[in-house]
Amino acid sequence: MNILVCVKRVPLTGGKIVLTDDERAISTRHLGFTVSPHEECGAEEAVRLIEQHGGSSTVLTLGPPEAEEQLRDMMALGIDKAVHLITDGAEWDPQATAGAIVEAIRAAPEPYDLVLFGNESADAGNYQVAIRVAHKLGLPVVTGIKRITVSDGQLRLEQEVAGGRDIYEVPSPAVVTVKEGLNLPRYPSVPGRLRAKRKPVEGTSPARPQPQLEMIRLVLPPDSGKQAEVLGKGADAAPAVVNILSELGLL
Amino acid sequence: MILVFAERSDDELYRQALTFARSLGDEITAVGIDDPAGYSPDAWATALTEVARERVPAVVIGPGTERGNEVLAHVAAMLDLPMAANCTSATRGAPLTLTRVRWGGSLLEEARLHGTPAMLTVAPHAVAAAEESGDVELIPAAADARARVSERVETVTAGVSLADADVVVSGGRGVGSAEGFAVIEELAALLGAAVGCSRAVTSAGWRPHTDQVGQTGTKISPSLYIACGISGATQHMAGCKGAKKLMAINPDNEASIFASADYAVIGDLHEVVPAISAEIRKTRGAG
Repeated sequence: MNILVCVKRVPLTGGKIVLTDDERAISTRHLGFTVSPHEECGAEEAVRLIEQHGGSSTVLTLGPPEAEEQLRDMMALGIDKAVHLITDGAEWDPQATAGAIVEAIRAAPEPYDLVLFGNESADAGNYQVAIRVAHKLGLPVVTGIKRITVSDGQLRLEQEVAGGRDIYEVPSPAVVTVKEGLNLPRYPSVPGRLRAKRKPVEGTSPARPQPQLEMIRLVLPPDSGKQAEVLGKGADAAPAVVNILSELGLL
Repeated sequence: MILVFAERSDDELYRQALTFARSLGDEITAVGIDDPAGYSPDAWATALTEVARERVPAVVIGPGTERGNEVLAHVAAMLDLPMAANCTSATRGAPLTLTRVRWGGSLLEEARLHGTPAMLTVAPHAVAAAEESGDVELIPAAADARARVSERVETVTAGVSLADADVVVSGGRGVGSAEGFAVIEELAALLGAAVGCSRAVTSAGWRPHTDQVGQTGTKISPSLYIACGISGATQHMAGCKGAKKLMAINPDNEASIFASADYAVIGDLHEVVPAISAEIRKTRGAG
């Protein structure tokens, strides 16, 4: 089978977010980058499904030239090749992102049997790119999946809901969005990293349409304004902690 | 007219969407889907799209539940209109302007939403829930479904579930190993609490993902959250900001988690947590 997994380069935000002077992005001067957690599980799942069923896996991203780092990271996990939709760094809205991905899917040398996305990106969290791609391609789409089983061109998909799991069964080809917990992504090996450097990345630079969901600026939420009550240092703090637990009625 | 999608898997979040819709000042039509065959995102969205085409609402609003976001995204795709997920406020106009949640609530975005109807969902707990659910008109789902829930498998969870626990004791990277969680489990057992952890812990394979509190894990809202050896990355804080009280135990007094904490203990959790457990036993023994 042929699997495409779509990923997004996002900053590793750490504890405190700092904005750029124009308030249109997170200041990343001191930050590293990664792919959204859900999507990393998508890439791991693609590798496992190919190991099991044979075929080929492709990773796609829409992002700045630097996003090649994330494509190489995913190929180090075992993805075979990459498609890079190169941007100038400006953010694309969900409709534009979906449109560019659809064009890339249509241009692929062989059709994909499964297109994987994260349930939502870590940064923008728009919850819709995969669904838009599925509609444009006329494919079924199921979201928030934590288990995928493939047999005879059928996909059995399990979604966690309150109190249990909802099961969907759809024919391939299909679009599926996944959540972290689907698997535990492997740590890339050194040979995996070396191989990833030689794997092919096909780059194109699509034109960015006018955004219809148009960001004006980013705003940090108001500070909690909390001033923590220091209960003490080390084991000596235990009686003070237990007093608090008692005050809260928890003992 | 404002069309509200009455997705009621979580009635409180639906009633929050109703409050949000009322704040925009217009006549409200709430429409739910009556589907004896069970949930189908696309068949439900097809029915809702039909209503949107016939009745020409100015705004379509859904609750910020999994299904609310999913069905509205399908409707937006069918109508080829933009959609803004998880909004905290909106002002009508041409175009509508709004504030929405990014990074699981660690950052906000102000944006313009072009197109009519303006399609949006309401971020959980951004506004108070309406007291009444109001009138909901039920319509049938479309006959054809590309994807539909075929089966519900119930899972039985032993002990307190993380999402519903009144007290949660979590460990982070500072725990050091899977075995290190013994001290966390001991304190949790004494308090009748659920055990949680940070993403660093699940990525290391020390605990299952079902224990993860965070943006990509479980979102919790206990009376008390005790975070042990957790630095307070935005990924984690997005999962625990619903906690009423936060107690943080960390050796680094500069750790960002202290900025959100109500109570702070500076120290190594492997010294502090067993001392707290011993002190609880002593107090109970004396009582």
